[in-house]
Amino acid sequence: MKIALTVNGRPAALDVAPRTTLADCLRHALGLTGTHLACEHGVCGACTVIVDGAAVRGCLTLAVQADGAEVTTVEGLAGDGALTPLQEAFRRHHALQCGFCTAGILTTLHALLTENPDVEACEIREVLSGNICRCTGYIPIVEAALEARAAYRRGGDPAQ
Amino acid sequence: MKLPAFDYACPETLDEATALLAEAGGDAKVIAGGQSLLPFMAFRLAAPSLLVDLRKIAGLDGIEVADGEIRLGAMVRWRDILDSAALARALPLLPAAIGHVAHYQIRNRGTLGGSLAHADPASEFPCIAVLCGASVDVVGAGGHRTIPADELIAGPMETTLEDDEIIVAVRFPRWPEGRRWAFDEFALRHGDLAIAAVAAAYDMDGPHIAHARVAVMGATDTPQRVPPAEDALNGRAPDDDTFGAAAAAASAAIEPTEDLHAGAAYRRALVGTLLRRALAESCAREREAAE
Repeated sequence: MKIALTVNGRPAALDVAPRTTLADCLRHALGLTGTHLACEHGVCGACTVIVDGAAVRGCLTLAVQADGAEVTTVEGLAGDGALTPLQEAFRRHHALQCGFCTAGILTTLHALLTENPDVEACEIREVLSGNICRCTGYIPIVEAALEARAAYRRGGDPAQ
Repeated sequence: MKLPAFDYACPETLDEATALLAEAGGDAKVIAGGQSLLPFMAFRLAAPSLLVDLRKIAGLDGIEVADGEIRLGAMVRWRDILDSAALARALPLLPAAIGHVAHYQIRNRGTLGGSLAHADPASEFPCIAVLCGASVDVVGAGGHRTIPADELIAGPMETTLEDDEIIVAVRFPRWPEGRRWAFDEFALRHGDLAIAAVAAAYDMDGPHIAHARVAVMGATDTPQRVPPAEDALNGRAPDDDTFGAAAAAASAAIEPTEDLHAGAAYRRALVGTLLRRALAESCAREREAAE
């Protein structure tokens, strides 16, 4: 089926089979392999992307359902190649180790902080329950998110 | 796991959608958020030949809090329920329960119509609909009908919907002022499927409990009211003895399910613990509000 969507600000016109998930479409049709797939049934959160402003599971969204949507992947966060404040905070706090889950956590937290730059630690922890990390533990991730709030409070989109 | 192959249709009217479902004769599935259906397809627990997507059909997404009732469109997402200030005032039990639904990303797509049609015994929304005596409006190729929520749920992952029927809205009766409510759930991780959960609502008639409703989910094969626990509450003072008696009655009355996460005896005990705790919290909430 023919679909047209905007990915990281650029228009994309594609022909996909209905069974193609948005995550597979991004990886295989568009070469955006920053979006990772692990469980492929909505448990691990590695494939999280932002669709029309909302963080969603890329493996539980069909590419055909994203027809007409604006999609942001981890590649779209640092538009000009410099790290965003959230990514900088991840580096400073050692909030990643192997990095496999990081793309999904960055997109999740970017959507969360954009919606609510004053989000409290307890809500950050609750949101992170949807993203599984098996290396670092979550404490540095929560610390990085708390630090990044300041950049989101200053207004504008700290990811562009 | 990759999904099995299927055809996909995205009609713009309910008439078109019900006609497509009727034509497929039970081999098609409706997709809304897809947050339960797509994992089922990934595991090959479902392999429909056709998915009929509701996303372009207008009028399925509203939250209307009117004088007599609250009407929620079938495409209302968990996120919308949690963001609604009107619902938080009119039916606070609902957002309290929905806060336990899955995770942030799933709550951004999952819908209440999808949850009802999926009829997972560990799902919060069907339990609250059953507890509150909600009505479910459905449309099929032959017209529309209204089904009481407890008659819609026929068993685990089973409903009384016909093959060509689509849930369009759920209607909750408005609550009287001062109705108290309780909800508590136990899952291995926050957002995982409930091993057991309880919901309750009651009014105060002077110093005594009246119109008590108690429901259990996750521990039984369907979300269901527990009349012996309701009887243990009605006409009594809202104190520890009453709540303990209601908890014991609920534990004794249910037929708990068993799976690899928990045995029947554990679920039976858990239901009692959760109900006693949730009812105590319903009183503590009143005291806090009064201060």
